[in-house]
Amino acid sequence: MLHTVNKSPFERNSLESCLRLAKKGSAILLLEDGVYAAINGTSVSDKVSGATKDNSVYVLGPDMKARGLGESQLIDGIKIVDYAGFVDLAADNDGVTPWL
Amino acid sequence: MTEYNFETEGVKKTITYLNRKAPYGTIYALEVLESVLISAAFEQHANIVFVDDGVFQIKKDQDTADLDMKCFLPTYGIIEMEKEDADEDEDMDMNWRIIVEKESMEARGLTTDDFKIEVEVLSSAELADVLDTSDAVIGG
Repeated sequence: MLHTVNKSPFERNSLESCLRLAKKGSAILLLEDGVYAAINGTSVSDKVSGATKDNSVYVLGPDMKARGLGESQLIDGIKIVDYAGFVDLAADNDGVTPWL
Repeated sequence: MTEYNFETEGVKKTITYLNRKAPYGTIYALEVLESVLISAAFEQHANIVFVDDGVFQIKKDQDTADLDMKCFLPTYGIIEMEKEDADEDEDMDMNWRIIVEKESMEARGLTTDDFKIEVEVLSSAELADVLDTSDAVIGG
């Protein structure tokens, strides 16, 4: 299962609920305002960093770039994907759960 | 050219409807509710799940008269009836579950007595399994 989070963790609980309800071993993709969860030094960094131990965590590169965020700010263990990578994730995983 | 097959006869999927928003403030709850009714028309298996503020959707005693908006609480009653019909009718291959996440319910000071319809209360871990084994998840 691929879980997608497209809301900022500082505005909504979408990320928190995703991390609570995603089974171990699931893939999680942060996109749109969800990318703010992928950077170091925030109030949610530790939680997201913890999630990279049990899940594959990805972030959509174009959404990071648009918001002025670079690879150097990324939490260790999160992988950047482009749109083609997003399609691969959707195709390779058995279904998508969107956290809006 | 890719050939698409739109034949739905005999196709049976388990679709999970993940309700996470309170009613009336946004359109999410109503949109998901309409999708659930469509899956009934196609006799698909469905998990109707209430998580986070979504648990407020089935709070009893809703009255929107003063808002000039449609109150859709009675529509959840129809969903409950559809589920009961499907459970009782042996010829009907349609399995529905109406699920509330325990953590979300308790965080909002609610118990099952506060709900308009009968629900199955699951822990986060149990609900994670339900999501993971669904053929499709519709968020809202």
